[in-house]
Amino acid sequence: MTVLPPPTIELRNISKQFGTVRALDAVSARFQSGRVHALLGENGAGKSTLVKCLLGYYRADAGETIVDGRRVAISHPAEAHALGLGMVYQHFTLVPQMTVAENFVLGRGKIPLVVKWKDEQDQLRSFMAGMPFRLDPQRKVSTLAAGEKQKLEILKQLYLGRRFLVLDEPTSVLTPAEADEVLGEMRNLANASKLTVVLITHKFREVEQFAQDVTVLRGGKLAGSVDQKDASKETLATMMFGGGTAEKSRVAKPAAVADGVPYLKIHELIADGDRGTPVLNGVSIDVRPGEIVGVAGVSGNGQKELVEVLAGQRATTSGSILVDRQAFSGTRSEIKRAGVALISEEPLANSAVRTLSVMENLALRQFDEKPLSLAKFFLNRSRLAPFARDLIQRYKVRASSPFVRLDTLSGGNVQRVVLARELSRDVKLLIVQNPCFGLDASAATNIRQQIVDARDRGAAVLLVSEDLDEILEISDRILVLSEGTVSFETSRANAEVYEIGRHMAGAHAA
Amino acid sequence: MLDLRSQEWLEPFLLSVGALIVALLLFGAFMMLQGIPPLELYSALYIGSFGTRISIENSLTLAAPILLAALCTLIAARVGLLVMGGEGAIVLGGLGAVLVGVALPLSSPLLGSLLCLLAGALFGGLWIAMAGGLKRVRGVNETISTLLLNYIAIAILNHLISGPIRDFSQTLKAQSWSIPSYFMMPNIPGWSVHWGILIGILVCVLLHVLLRHTTFGFSMDVVGGNNRAAQMAGLPITSIVVISCFLGGAAAGLAGAIEVVAVHGAASESLVVGFGYTGILVAFLARQKPLAVIFFALLMGGIAASGGLLQRRFDVPYAATAVLQGMIFLCVLASSALSGRILPERKSK
Repeated sequence: MTVLPPPTIELRNISKQFGTVRALDAVSARFQSGRVHALLGENGAGKSTLVKCLLGYYRADAGETIVDGRRVAISHPAEAHALGLGMVYQHFTLVPQMTVAENFVLGRGKIPLVVKWKDEQDQLRSFMAGMPFRLDPQRKVSTLAAGEKQKLEILKQLYLGRRFLVLDEPTSVLTPAEADEVLGEMRNLANASKLTVVLITHKFREVEQFAQDVTVLRGGKLAGSVDQKDASKETLATMMFGGGTAEKSRVAKPAAVADGVPYLKIHELIADGDRGTPVLNGVSIDVRPGEIVGVAGVSGNGQKELVEVLAGQRATTSGSILVDRQAFSGTRSEIKRAGVALISEEPLANSAVRTLSVMENLALRQFDEKPLSLAKFFLNRSRLAPFARDLIQRYKVRASSPFVRLDTLSGGNVQRVVLARELSRDVKLLIVQNPCFGLDASAATNIRQQIVDARDRGAAVLLVSEDLDEILEISDRILVLSEGTVSFETSRANAEVYEIGRHMAGAHAA
Repeated sequence: MLDLRSQEWLEPFLLSVGALIVALLLFGAFMMLQGIPPLELYSALYIGSFGTRISIENSLTLAAPILLAALCTLIAARVGLLVMGGEGAIVLGGLGAVLVGVALPLSSPLLGSLLCLLAGALFGGLWIAMAGGLKRVRGVNETISTLLLNYIAIAILNHLISGPIRDFSQTLKAQSWSIPSYFMMPNIPGWSVHWGILIGILVCVLLHVLLRHTTFGFSMDVVGGNNRAAQMAGLPITSIVVISCFLGGAAAGLAGAIEVVAVHGAASESLVVGFGYTGILVAFLARQKPLAVIFFALLMGGIAASGGLLQRRFDVPYAATAVLQGMIFLCVLASSALSGRILPERKSK
């Protein structure tokens, strides 16, 4: 079918800055024609940003793109499509109520007023005949399995004439068998010189089995580019997570003593995810007063659900949670008795009320206590503003007044409001989830220091984070959460980045 | 320095008043097509609503049930629910008042009236609380369930007044037994207006205190603003939602009870005249602020009261005022699109 070989694309010194965050710092990569190229890195390493710059969703601040030896400037996805570059997203972009054929026609963008279905069907059939895998055009998308939907996404791209495909973590929604099949087909298409493939992933297994070249990003920088045959798991893990043992951190001294009775005891916790299938499969975690337990893991392995259970936002199937030796289900009286504080990711979605004022958000934990409340029933509004002004000052929240709506503040300041609310009380158990996500370096350092301070005051801290550096920096013990269970545990002193990385990448499953 | 709190209150008010003016202009244009000069129309609207003592009395009498019915939608909206069940709660409230009024072996007029009103509030409250409970426990959409509950309430009313509690001495109209005449609520001395409007205003003020100055009101705002934040704060969301729905239903139930105790003396089709739906309109106009409800309910009561005069003077159907109400509703909904755009932004730096 295709006469010309699929494109070779070279990226040279691509840089991209978001506000104060340097997402990409002079990253170069070369995607060879007809090969499967893995783009490896932790969450936030810059993989998605890099391909979005390539495909015209973002405009890079610096650097150049070379397609088949020719310099091009791609400023819009449509221009990338015209060059035959396409992307398959992690989440499906199909209309479930429509048939396969209808989704193909829909994907074309320009749809005639009257669709000649007979012609379309004929075209599709002849197209499918040339493909290594095919789907019945008459089937409804909602009846397809996840692997088949992923195949449809890929077929759609090929149908549109794309010959350079970026797959963004294509297997995150697939079973291992489905993943192997889809990736195997991609490899076959590349071998047949029909396609150049870039596979964004953080799973070593997929890299080993299906990729030929590997580029590793770490913290927005190029960590290395190697031929897959020359790369051992150890070298990849070192490139991906940084070398050696845990760096001794700038802010955190290890906790002095952390033994005795666990303050938080999670035992054999099982809970369903949003899709009604088990996501936590028997998690057991102990956290003692005066220690930070870091839970590492690649996103999608149950971290979000674990925090939601602890926040009272998700029902459990079985298992128990004890705080201070008493059952904990997240009611207000239990939270107060046990001194629980929670700092979650995306506070506007999870832990604050955007339509209420800064002052009301600051009062969320204490509005029914003295001095904000009289006899637990009346709210003393005149006390709210002084209460809020004090916290705004102490936690350096930039807000013009306590009366402004929370969502008029910047992301960093919203996070400070939540920090002020949660940490200004007597905290005995602190649950933290990706606290520095999207913040610049100095804000992140400040927040980590406050977490360490809370521990030094004797709080038990559970830190759930996708940022392994953050976990290595301040945790006293490190656990890895993989596929809904704790698959690995190590003390800070013995922490080996390679071992942690291997377990994060799903080593126990292999 | 301008106080930011007053600004926050100012924009919604300007939007609602602006929407009202646009709707009145549209209505004028519509009536002009019928050959009615706009100036005469507006003057008739004014005379029929607030221009004479009699029309003021009519307006106040009509405003009372509208005001209380508006609270049904308003309170539920504070916890994030869109409840349309005011009409059904009014019917249930009226039935409750009749049943208790007929059954009570009491001779004290004041106590009797009060108990009738309380029974109405209880019936209406339980009716809407049911929808709130269904929403929380089974995930049933409250807008649809309350809308359907309206029809069920009306069907219950029709069933009861055509048989089980029908007063067969009334041959012209199917209506229930009447409550003892000494339970009937008197008028405000010196006016031919019953106490309903004052009860309604009192309820609005109490509700304002509940929402602004109690921890329960604060919890309601958190639940309505972000359910997940409420969960994280450990608030008992189901109780808060069900109690809020109960309070809303109770307000509308009280409206129905007042209609029975102060106007009709019995339950009949006269309870089903659309006060519940006009109440939804008022709740939207007032943008969930109980004190603003007083103003807008009086206004809508006035518009409803002027219907008779429009009919007589211009020979248009009584329903002409329903056209105006519909136009107001559309303009209010459209004005929401301007929310946050008419006053300078208050971004903090």
